[in-house]
Amino acid sequence: MGDVAAAQGARAAAEAVARDGYGRLVAFVAARTGDVAGAEDALSDAFAAALRDWPAGGVPANPAAWLVTVAKRRLIDAGRRGGSAAEALRMLAEERMERAVPEEVPGEVPEVPDDRLALMFVCAHRAIDPAARAPLMLQTVLGLDAAAIAGAFLASPAAMAQRLVRAKARIRLAGIPFRLPERAEMDERLGDVLDAVYAAFAAGWTDPGGTDPRRRALAGEAIWLGRLLAELLPTEPEALGLLALMLYAEARRGARRDADGGFVPLDRQDTAAWDGAGIDAAEALLLRASRMGKVGRFQLEAAIQSAHVVRRRSGRADWPAIVRLYDGLAALTGSVVVAVNRAAALAEVSGAAAGLAALDAVAGDARLATYQPYWAARAELLARTGLAEAARAAFARAIGLEPDPVVRRFLAERSGGLG
Amino acid sequence: MQYMLLIYGDEAAMAAAPEAAVGEMLAAYGAYSEAMVAAGVMAGGNRLRPSRAATAVRVADGRAQVLDGPYAETKEQLAGYFLIDVPDLDAALAWAERCPGAATGTVEVRPVWAM
Repeated sequence: MGDVAAAQGARAAAEAVARDGYGRLVAFVAARTGDVAGAEDALSDAFAAALRDWPAGGVPANPAAWLVTVAKRRLIDAGRRGGSAAEALRMLAEERMERAVPEEVPGEVPEVPDDRLALMFVCAHRAIDPAARAPLMLQTVLGLDAAAIAGAFLASPAAMAQRLVRAKARIRLAGIPFRLPERAEMDERLGDVLDAVYAAFAAGWTDPGGTDPRRRALAGEAIWLGRLLAELLPTEPEALGLLALMLYAEARRGARRDADGGFVPLDRQDTAAWDGAGIDAAEALLLRASRMGKVGRFQLEAAIQSAHVVRRRSGRADWPAIVRLYDGLAALTGSVVVAVNRAAALAEVSGAAAGLAALDAVAGDARLATYQPYWAARAELLARTGLAEAARAAFARAIGLEPDPVVRRFLAERSGGLG
Repeated sequence: MQYMLLIYGDEAAMAAAPEAAVGEMLAAYGAYSEAMVAAGVMAGGNRLRPSRAATAVRVADGRAQVLDGPYAETKEQLAGYFLIDVPDLDAALAWAERCPGAATGTVEVRPVWAM
């Protein structure tokens, strides 16, 4: 009985370290060897050893330092097997770790230094395939396995595992450095990190049924990464902007479907179904970011969300502000997606005809041929201007491009309701 | 770490370039290699004769096959290389960006397999 309790206690202790510190331990070891895959292997051995040794010997005072010591031994063993060059590298790594691991002082629990930010910059390095960056971050910083990541990125577990293995080999072989970018390149490099985190969030957010727990979890993990970034880079307004943007979206997650599971567009969502505390947290972050006086894409996107949720109190979104914010975003990104959203917002301020004219202005862009929101927006505005025939054709196009059956049904109902 | 910067360019365009442009390019390469020497990263480098001067050798069944021409007939050919010694990939990429050939062709950055 005592053994069972000890085993459970050891497991709980190991799980607690893993949950709070897995990425931290991987980052610490990898930053000193340049080898993420090797760090993950060594740590997984160390966690296995913990589950074996802790029940009998008791949980050490500093579990993280214990795990790092065991991982280090594994790396040295692996180095011996890997030949002289590999060994030399491991020895070098060992020396560096020796210096970096704090001395054990009785009664004190020294912390393993936090290299997770450097690890995130490695994951989003320009030498890494952009499609691999978000999955790599989810795996190395949060410890998610390839199967858990694959579904959300529309890849098979085997293909995702291979993509991750390839990316990690590249980090080691190409010599991608574990350090923070110089000030001059910070904005650009941070932009890549934020993009990767947002890609992870989007993969969890565009969950057609709104019910897939795996995807929902991914959005939560991305928010966790966003919080980590905001905490480690508290003076970077775009890091705060991204976290705000994700919190606004997350606060409206439940309101995207009605009681019957039907699709509810943003402007018709019941504001009582929004998570008020989440929105308040987002507003506070955005305010903090805006005081730093450096506008960026994520702050603008978060500000657009803020102008939407004003409806909580006033009953109507601040459409003039939304149009101005999209103007700013368009100037920054030149994105056709932004142009479509801006046209829809403009219609709320200046009427459907003005919105349609704005859509016509970008209609020549080839990418719009397969972009569902363009056709849905066009259909809505045509319907409002009384052009039922053209509206029906645009709705048909939007339905043909929409993968989510719930949204398809919504569009079909709108189309069917035309006179 | 040592990295090889492999400079690929369009040989036909280079051959057809006016003399002034070629002179400018050579001067740019001169300044570039001097900067690398001054920074203490230069471990070697050369410009290569065009691929029509290349000879490819392959041994099959113990017999050498000698083919006149480059390994692969492509529009962009290896035109030169630099071997540099820098701390990491970021430093190597920064030097690759400054290479005059990166503005007209492609610079491939390859880590050297340390023995």
